[in-house]
Amino acid sequence: MSGILLAGFGGQGILFAGKQLALAGMKSGKQVSWLPSYGPEMRGGTANCSVNIEDEPIGSPVVSKPDILVAMNLPSFQKFEDKVVSGGIIILDSSLVGIKTKRDDVNIKYIPATRLADENNLGGLANVIMLGQLLKAYNLFDYAYFGECLMAAAPKSKPQLGELNVKALKIGYEYEG
Amino acid sequence: MVVFKKPHALTETPFHYCPGCTHGIIHRLVAEALEALGLEGSTIGVAPVGCSVFAYNYFNCDMIQAPHGRAPAVATGVKRADPTKTVFTYQGDGDLAAIGTAETIHVGARAENITIIFVNNAIYGMTGGQMAPTTLIGQVTTTTPYGRKNDVQGSPIRVCEMLSTLDGVAYAERVSVDSVKNVLSAKKAIKKAFEIQSKGLGLTIVEVLSTCPTNWGLSPVKSLDWVREAMMPYYPLGVYKDVTKEGEQK
Amino acid sequence: MSEKVLMKGNEAIAEATIRAGCKLFFGYPITPQNEIPEYMAKNMPKIGGLCLQAESEVAAINMVLGAAAAGARVITSSSSPGISLKGEGISYIVGSDLPCVIVNVQRGGPGLGGIQPAQSDYNQATKALGHGDMHIIVLAPSSVQEMATLTGEAFDLADIYRMPVMLLADGALGQMMEPVDLEAKEKRTLPPKDWACTGHGGKRPYNVVNSLYIQPDVLEKTIIERFKKYDEIKQKEVKYEEYLTDDAEIILVSYGITARIAKTAVKHARTMGIKAGLFRPVTLFPFPSEQLDRLADKTSVKTFLSVEMNMGQMINDIKVAINCKKDVYHFGRTGGVIPTPDEILENIKKYAAVGGKI
Repeated sequence: MSGILLAGFGGQGILFAGKQLALAGMKSGKQVSWLPSYGPEMRGGTANCSVNIEDEPIGSPVVSKPDILVAMNLPSFQKFEDKVVSGGIIILDSSLVGIKTKRDDVNIKYIPATRLADENNLGGLANVIMLGQLLKAYNLFDYAYFGECLMAAAPKSKPQLGELNVKALKIGYEYEG
Repeated sequence: MVVFKKPHALTETPFHYCPGCTHGIIHRLVAEALEALGLEGSTIGVAPVGCSVFAYNYFNCDMIQAPHGRAPAVATGVKRADPTKTVFTYQGDGDLAAIGTAETIHVGARAENITIIFVNNAIYGMTGGQMAPTTLIGQVTTTTPYGRKNDVQGSPIRVCEMLSTLDGVAYAERVSVDSVKNVLSAKKAIKKAFEIQSKGLGLTIVEVLSTCPTNWGLSPVKSLDWVREAMMPYYPLGVYKDVTKEGEQK
Repeated sequence: MSEKVLMKGNEAIAEATIRAGCKLFFGYPITPQNEIPEYMAKNMPKIGGLCLQAESEVAAINMVLGAAAAGARVITSSSSPGISLKGEGISYIVGSDLPCVIVNVQRGGPGLGGIQPAQSDYNQATKALGHGDMHIIVLAPSSVQEMATLTGEAFDLADIYRMPVMLLADGALGQMMEPVDLEAKEKRTLPPKDWACTGHGGKRPYNVVNSLYIQPDVLEKTIIERFKKYDEIKQKEVKYEEYLTDDAEIILVSYGITARIAKTAVKHARTMGIKAGLFRPVTLFPFPSEQLDRLADKTSVKTFLSVEMNMGQMINDIKVAINCKKDVYHFGRTGGVIPTPDEILENIKKYAAVGGKI
């Protein structure tokens, strides 16, 4: 049972990353929901999305107490850090957020996803690097299975996008903080 | 020899219009045009709110009664549902040029293949003689008891002139039914509008200067004089747009 | 059952519309329902259909009137402020006995309000969508799956009863993605549209689509006939869901997005030993009054708690339905705030404690 909150700036691919988790959950037979923030805040401001992956039918699509927080900017981290359940997981892009968590009851992984993406010519795929680190920290999905899902989600006209996503996933999965 | 015969595109229902009102003539001209073109079985008319609200009782074709000002939008829905049908609206000045201005302009912008029969009598008839968007400067109505003033109520709208600036308007002509000669010209214009519609060239509109003896406070005969003397100088008759005769238009 | 696809609620409505054989969409952009016209604009031309962006909400609903009068299946969608603009046209469509589907992906009001999810148009949808003695059928989907299935159902109900059907959704249902089975809708038998204005072709008397009846006694007769139709709909078309109501002492009544959050709260309450249940109206008009009344007659039932995203609108329908036999309370968030399961649970605890005082 997982309520996942992904948050960051508009343009970082927050909604895309959330959708990949929901798709992978659906294909593995789980109940899933995906709910984006919407409206003016999407135009360059903060973006977040709630993803539920459950065995039972989903109640609220809003993840108000996340089991997992994927945070890709400082405002998002500050806004949602305290909402993560005790024993929950936080994946933080440390190349964009310079502070550490004040929580001692969560499992937090610091990964410089944006820097790693730039260094590997994977501009714009820091979001998928974050997901790679998430799968390492918590077995939400089998790593190989999720890679297959990313390949399948790429448009047929642009299969190279799937390969780039899988490469980013691998970098995130193999990163040791 | 048959001297007078009601066109079968009109029903047997007697008109309810006031004595001297020219709605009856205009109804007849529309019906004659549909009949001459053999269109009455494939035509859908849209009746407005106003004196001609009961138009659906008079035309022997399928008729839809529209909300005030919305006839062009309703006609759009009909035409888009079945583009093979002939669709016309029959609207007064308040309906077309006040509450329904946006709908009117946008059927022109979209080049909807419908025909608007626009009856301009410079006053609200059904509601009892209030100012219309086409009421003339100085004209007394129940809501302009001191005469319409430019600096208070603004100036009257010339619909054909305005619509003819739109690329989607294929045909715009202003006619009158004040004399036999003008009635014959009006008949020709309405028929032509339906012909252009059947060619799919865009919006067609025929503006007909009409009378309202009751609310003008004039006799039927004097009303016809008022159309000629007061209305025509501000609303000149003529073809404002005709895409079938590009280069010859006014 | 076919393979499920992950779709936004708004997209599910649009796809279900196309699958219902509707080829005409008229609308005007407004958040949070823009995925509907955008999906239609992309996909209607592929099936020989049309998505036309009107000059206003007012024009759009009248284009719907025209297309419906011409016998076509037709839909429009909007969000709260836009629905207010459509009110005039909806009243005319009811008065002209025309079928169509109207989608309201609700946002917070009044006025420009906000763009976040709300259910504050409940009273408007069920009681006052336009002037005159009138109702339309109102369906409240609670999941993306129901956004699709109830869209198909809405077209059938509209055609069967010759009246508009509204899908009353909200910004969350419109924006969220869930798996959808697009083949889930059952087909119903539909009457012929021999009243439509399609041109008589000289083969029948001319048809008139009209809402004007200048003689009071004639107008009264048409209204009474229409209300007989509403009675038939109340007999045949009421839809609702019950969850753990058999032994419940406190019954939550909730629809749409809120109902699923309330269901989570009910589950939590049960783990704490509180006998809570959920009654979810799917049809808001016709309201499942008789079914609620039967629950109210049970001695086990002490309290009803209406849960909505508004200041308390459905609560009045519940009170009328059960003739105030049991206590009815309201809990809601408004203005675009979605209640959490915890907030609802707190209210279950609060009202379960005071319940049964009669």
